[in-house]
Amino acid sequence: MNFETVLPLAPWVVFFPVLGIILNLLFGKRLGEKGIGVIASLAAGLSFGVAALLALGLTGHPEGGTYHLLRWLAIGDFTADWNFRVDTLSVTMMLVVAGVGTLIHIYSIGYMHADVRHEGDPARFRRFFVFLNLFVAAMMILVSADNFLMLFVGWEGVGLCSYLLIGFWFEKGAGGIANAQAAKKAFVVNRIGDFGLLIAIFLIFYNFGSLDFETVFAQAPQVAAVLPGVILAITLFMLLGVTGKSAQLPLYVWLPDAMAGPTPVSALIHAATMVTAGVYLVARSQALYQQIALAQDVVMWVGAATALFAATIALGQYDIKKVLAYSTISQLGFMVTAVGMGAAVAGMFHLVTHAFFKALLFLGAGSVILGLEHGHEHAAAHGSHTEEGHHAAFDPQDMRNMGGLRGKMPLTFWVYLIGALALAGIAPLSGFFSKDEILADASLHHPAVYVVLTAAAFLTAFYVARQLAMVFFGKPRSEAAAGAVESPPVVTVPLVILAVLAAVGGLLNFPTTHWLEKWLEHSLYGVQPAKFILSVALISLAVALAGLLVGWLIYGRKPLADARQPDPLARPLNGLFLALENKWWVDELYQALVVRPYLRLAQFLAQPVDQGVIDGLVNGVGNLMRATAQSWRRIQNGYVRSYALTILLGVVLVITYLVLR
Amino acid sequence: MDIGVLLVYGILGLTVIVSAIGLIVSRNALYSALFLVVNFIAVGLLYLALGAPFIAFAQVTVYAGSIMVLFIFVIMLLGAENLPLTEPLRGQRALGILLVLIFLAEIVLYYLLRTTPLQAIPIIPQTFASPAEIGMILFNRYLLPFEVTAFILLAATVGAILLSKHEGPTRPKPGIQKPETPVEG
Amino acid sequence: MPMSYYLILSAAMFAIGVLGVILRRNPLVVFMSLELMFNAANLVFVAFSAYHQILDGDLFVFFVMTTAAAEVAVGLALMVAIFRAKHTIDLDEMSMLKG
Repeated sequence: MNFETVLPLAPWVVFFPVLGIILNLLFGKRLGEKGIGVIASLAAGLSFGVAALLALGLTGHPEGGTYHLLRWLAIGDFTADWNFRVDTLSVTMMLVVAGVGTLIHIYSIGYMHADVRHEGDPARFRRFFVFLNLFVAAMMILVSADNFLMLFVGWEGVGLCSYLLIGFWFEKGAGGIANAQAAKKAFVVNRIGDFGLLIAIFLIFYNFGSLDFETVFAQAPQVAAVLPGVILAITLFMLLGVTGKSAQLPLYVWLPDAMAGPTPVSALIHAATMVTAGVYLVARSQALYQQIALAQDVVMWVGAATALFAATIALGQYDIKKVLAYSTISQLGFMVTAVGMGAAVAGMFHLVTHAFFKALLFLGAGSVILGLEHGHEHAAAHGSHTEEGHHAAFDPQDMRNMGGLRGKMPLTFWVYLIGALALAGIAPLSGFFSKDEILADASLHHPAVYVVLTAAAFLTAFYVARQLAMVFFGKPRSEAAAGAVESPPVVTVPLVILAVLAAVGGLLNFPTTHWLEKWLEHSLYGVQPAKFILSVALISLAVALAGLLVGWLIYGRKPLADARQPDPLARPLNGLFLALENKWWVDELYQALVVRPYLRLAQFLAQPVDQGVIDGLVNGVGNLMRATAQSWRRIQNGYVRSYALTILLGVVLVITYLVLR
Repeated sequence: MDIGVLLVYGILGLTVIVSAIGLIVSRNALYSALFLVVNFIAVGLLYLALGAPFIAFAQVTVYAGSIMVLFIFVIMLLGAENLPLTEPLRGQRALGILLVLIFLAEIVLYYLLRTTPLQAIPIIPQTFASPAEIGMILFNRYLLPFEVTAFILLAATVGAILLSKHEGPTRPKPGIQKPETPVEG
Repeated sequence: MPMSYYLILSAAMFAIGVLGVILRRNPLVVFMSLELMFNAANLVFVAFSAYHQILDGDLFVFFVMTTAAAEVAVGLALMVAIFRAKHTIDLDEMSMLKG
């Protein structure tokens, strides 16, 4: 297909979701749930179709191009346009976003149908799909941006959608505010990162005089030769934005709380797409990062540390979605490490496969939750012999309440297994190839990072085995689990499609063909040919298998008997496990180090400073005036003779002046 | 200058000063008014000495005559109140006297330091300031101010009548009976 | 007589008039003191008129007299009105802006 003919279609990747929003807002009420879901899914699907057409066009013209929609800003010499950049990198992102997004839209029709009824507000069905379309539109702006300003618009847009969807059930959660607080936390933490990105953009504008990718990246080597410090500052401030959006140390804390959102949101936004925006940004800005070795090292180590740190926390979690959330943070750490090392292709490869298997895992978890909620309601309806307290506190996401779901939800089990093994990095599933490419690159250039990542990979396999064992094996540990049923096809069909993708996704960059590499090398800066190292691959496979085995030995061989039994690791690891369970107390640390001092500062500024000093100044001026007036009004006493005396005093003064003049 | 003339001027000046002081120190307003009449007549004599007979006669007739009659009439009307001599305003008396003394001293100082010394008044011709001459100037050069003065007097007359009109909007006249009040008998 | 005789006499009269205005609480006396001050000014007018042999000073005295007459008429009417309202003519009793 001719590239020139498909290029004008580029803006439609944004227009279709926007159209979906408008249609749903105007007619959604009359259309009913089916209509809303179809329109929203169609919007995402058409967006995917456009992305596919663009990809086809690129096959014959891999250099890509930009489509100028309209001029946004023109201030003196500076211009910023709505330009849609169509190259292999942006189209890859578009395909992932729209492809996974479409599947999740379809899945959501079934999931939200049950969820809005479970939460008791069916009218919110439409709102969910409007937000979801809005997210797709914002994400498309982000990935198709041709300058940093447009990218920032998308960046903020997806942040907003994340906030809206985390707080979708904003009046629910512990104490009626937990969800709203989670949303607020995500927003505020992301603001910190966005602040860094904004500073980076300002620095780019100041030093390059332009925000267009082409101009900036073309000038990067010259600027780096003269002002290496500037490039370092830009890249590190950008990294702050990346740590916020992609949930890296130290700003990852919002992502686990973001699981308060509905599960499709966790799959789409907080696993597959939005959180990879940071990885995409670093990959896109390789021209900047590769100028400064220190910047690359910082990015790499942030990623590696996050990968290991988050993997440890995942060991101690009981919430099925929290485990996946920490797993996401850990895998994002892998990607960030890769793009930090300059292995941007490997990073993007892992991004794509991760989008497949993590979306699959989240949606599978959603299916499990649906099954458990169904079983719980079923048990409650039949009024069987549950004690009341247990009843009220039932958590359908707690893995201790699960068990034995393999037989109840067979389809969900098999697709979940595929996703889990892909995550663990078992050959020949997709995760194996992408993770292995990162590990191979690390083993060549950064042995220390390689060790850290391998340890993280081991832990990954371990918590995957733990989760599988707790959820699907053993005996049901609650009535809800015993009464769980398989989810409807609208839920399972996307799962199957994603399972296929997760299984065969490795073919994208199969060691002998390297399609993805040949595809991306046209748009990524400084791509080096990836090497497949058999020993590394074997070691990582062995590590993954070992992790699975250890996990099976601890959790699978002797499954938990009932929901209140402590974790088998709790006794031998003792305090360490407590630390894992409490996420290393990082939230508490931030609370003590950042939040509380900040609140105290705010209190201080509000009480003594504002009310005391500022108001005091204003009131003081008023009081001074009043006091002055109070003392001077004695002159204005109403006695006419006194006034006459004052006049005489004036006369005397005037004459004194005349005499002494 | 012969001694008799000096004596006359001395007595006149003394009369002016003493009557002025008497004006402000006498407790009874009627006495003050009489002292003022004496003062006016003495000043009128000085006007005569300065060769301004028309002004002198106007002084005696208008001031010492009609204006003082007005004063005395009002005093009689309101009852010559003898107000207490205590000073309720703190420092008013001391400060007032002090300032007046300073004022006087400064006037003298100014006169001594700042002006060219003045000669004696020259001999005044007989025709100077005669009523005819005053009339000529008054109705030629000063015609407009004269007319304005007429207006001021008219306005003052109207104002005085308005102010001293008895009835106010809030208080009914006590002397007039209301028609609806039944008359006895 | 030298001019200084008239000038000093006038200054003394004026000062005494000022004292009367400042110290007396009877408004009638205050008005009389004001007349005294007018007279002091008039005396200087007439003296200088004679000194310079120009008639305008005398004319001014004429105008001052009429103005003073008008002022006394209005002032005394005020006195009567105030006395009717407050049953006193003590100046110190009139320290409020309202009646």
